Amino acid sequence: MADLAARGETPEILFWVGCAGAFDDRYKRVTRAFVRILEHVGVNYAVLGMEESCTGDPAKRAGNEFLFQMQAMQNITTLNGYGIKKVVTACPHCFNTIKNEYPALGGEYEVIHHSTFLQQLINEGKVKAEGGESFKGRRITFHDSCYLGRANNIYEAPRAVLEVLDADLLEMKRCKTNGLCCGAGGAQMWKEPEPGKKDINVERAEEALATLDGDADVLLNLQGVESTAPVLPAGSNRGGSVIAVACPFCMTMMADGVKNKERESDVQVFDLAELIASAEGLNA
Amino acid sequence: MHFSFQNIIFLLVAVAGFGLFIWQAQKIRANILVGRDRDMSGNVNERLWKTLLVAFGQQKMFKRLTPAFLHLIVYVGFIVINIEVIEILIDGIFGTHRVLGFMGPLYSALTGTNEVLGALVILAVAAFWWRRNGSVVRRFTGPEMRAWPRMDANVILYIEVILMVALFMMNTADLKMHQLEGKDLPGAFPVSSLLTGLFPDSVTALHVLERVGWWAHIVGILLFLNYLPSSKHFHIIMAFPNVYFSRLMPQGQFSNVDSITHEVKAMMDPTYQVPTPPVSEGAEAAPTSFGAKDVNDLAWTNLLNAYSCTECGRCTSVCPANLTGKLLSPRKIIMDTRDRMEEKYNSPLIFNPNLYGKEAKHDPQEQLDKENHTLLRGYVTPEELWACTTCNACVEACPVNINPLESIIEMRRFLVLEESAAPNSLNVMFSNIENNGAPWAFSPSDRFNWADELYVTDKAGATA
Repeated sequence: MADLAARGETPEILFWVGCAGAFDDRYKRVTRAFVRILEHVGVNYAVLGMEESCTGDPAKRAGNEFLFQMQAMQNITTLNGYGIKKVVTACPHCFNTIKNEYPALGGEYEVIHHSTFLQQLINEGKVKAEGGESFKGRRITFHDSCYLGRANNIYEAPRAVLEVLDADLLEMKRCKTNGLCCGAGGAQMWKEPEPGKKDINVERAEEALATLDGDADVLLNLQGVESTAPVLPAGSNRGGSVIAVACPFCMTMMADGVKNKERESDVQVFDLAELIASAEGLNA
Repeated sequence: MHFSFQNIIFLLVAVAGFGLFIWQAQKIRANILVGRDRDMSGNVNERLWKTLLVAFGQQKMFKRLTPAFLHLIVYVGFIVINIEVIEILIDGIFGTHRVLGFMGPLYSALTGTNEVLGALVILAVAAFWWRRNGSVVRRFTGPEMRAWPRMDANVILYIEVILMVALFMMNTADLKMHQLEGKDLPGAFPVSSLLTGLFPDSVTALHVLERVGWWAHIVGILLFLNYLPSSKHFHIIMAFPNVYFSRLMPQGQFSNVDSITHEVKAMMDPTYQVPTPPVSEGAEAAPTSFGAKDVNDLAWTNLLNAYSCTECGRCTSVCPANLTGKLLSPRKIIMDTRDRMEEKYNSPLIFNPNLYGKEAKHDPQEQLDKENHTLLRGYVTPEELWACTTCNACVEACPVNINPLESIIEMRRFLVLEESAAPNSLNVMFSNIENNGAPWAFSPSDRFNWADELYVTDKAGATA
């Protein structure tokens, strides 16, 4: 971004990478996939690089309002300094914070989550999900991120993105407004869970796996799932199923949950951007 | 119209009943106003629309169909029967009999609907009783649903049945009395006309039964009215203002702490002038602490929440922390808030049902010094607060738009900003953000490393 500014240019959009997108080895792959899509469609974009700092979301949710505001003011100063109008991010936590909590501190931007952005690219015909990996016949279930769904009412965009993949899309029992948290929000990502019977991500992974497997018995035994209609005949076609996510925290938690159930060989966790990039033939 | 001793007694009973209720309601109003102020200006249309959908229209109840249907019967029954209460009051004061009878067919429609709903209410209440006491609906259990909350729920159901039985006793006796005397009774009585066979053939006995039913019905209603302020059933009144004053912001948006904004701005810019709020006569000093330690540190809307809660537990039943066995129950946070308000400030006049709070206090393990006997620590433990994932499932689930998350965050703010009492791993996260600009211990100079592989595997683009 600094290079662009030195040339006197302002990008159309700023891609906010986020801490997970920058540092988490798994999520760096999502960042790269999304950048490839941006390059592929020829959007004029920039990233802040080393000038980006944590939005302050985990600090605020953990109650450290002071630290949050310090971070927010610093980032707002940077963004406003470059005259940024439009921000796209792959992290629902960054998205929520910049969109909803920065305006009160002087940061007014058009903030778009990458699921909505991808949906727009698909609607405009810029992304067709053709020429790459085919998802025909593969089962995909989408895990709603709380900070995308309940927090900001974005339920359709990620589903619309998945629809272009021509895969078998399945809904978990707890989805959309009733979705179950992956267990990492509210700064839980950085601490051990409180003592309990089970970790939240394991519960959620069990539900996702049971949905992909069509395993009504497992669904029946999940806590708080009241009605159970078998989604598919039990035990059919397990190979290469996907839990789709749109959030770095969900990615980590769901992947850990799948690992906990020793299912990482046949169920993979992918971000929407990775799936689209694969289908578009952009993943080298 | 004939005035009698009965009318004077009735007038006294009615005045006492309503007067007592108003007195209790005032106490609750005072409890709620102890909370911090919150700007509610503007958005009247949006708020009214929301109230119409969520409170009057029961919109959020219909996420669970069986209870929604049963609840709808009792709710509509409650509203229709209230029209009839107006008639009872007029009759009682002026010694008239079925004063609204002049409305003819309309009156028949009213009494007819009333009777059908009354019978359905008895069935619905029986189903509710079974759900609570016979079947195992998980959300009706839980550590916070101990002695008083359990009993309260059943007492409400019993009173509702008694009120309906009294209504049918009055109607049936009245109907049969008129039949025996060969007179017409205004109104339609589809249920009572089936019951006349059960009643005696003596006009005098029927007259007594009619009076007993009439008095039992209205005195029952007045007693119930005065039971409400001590009970979770107060939601039948408070649900409406609670929905009206509920949040309009996106659920993910947490409130901004303005006092901290001023401090941070002053730190970053020494020339920044902290605006001094206009000091009005007798106004209390600005809050001197961050977050919430006790009920008076919460916003008044959070306290209104506590009086709107009917302890249905839909919040707790969808809470990811709760359903994986952690200590957190959003319902308990709300119930604790109410218990603490009534312990610290006004308790309802007739009943003092804070059994849950008292039980906790009598436990020697839980003996807390006076300093710590507040909402936080005295009722709500830090362990509960730290189990929250801020996922908003509880907020989404509440049929009357209660927001337990706001209270949880306010108490977290107190723990962190006033006591520096966050779990150690969170303190590590805080210092990482402070020092590295990221919640993990990575160097800010590595922030762009993700792009390295991009150049290897993809065309080199001017991405920076």
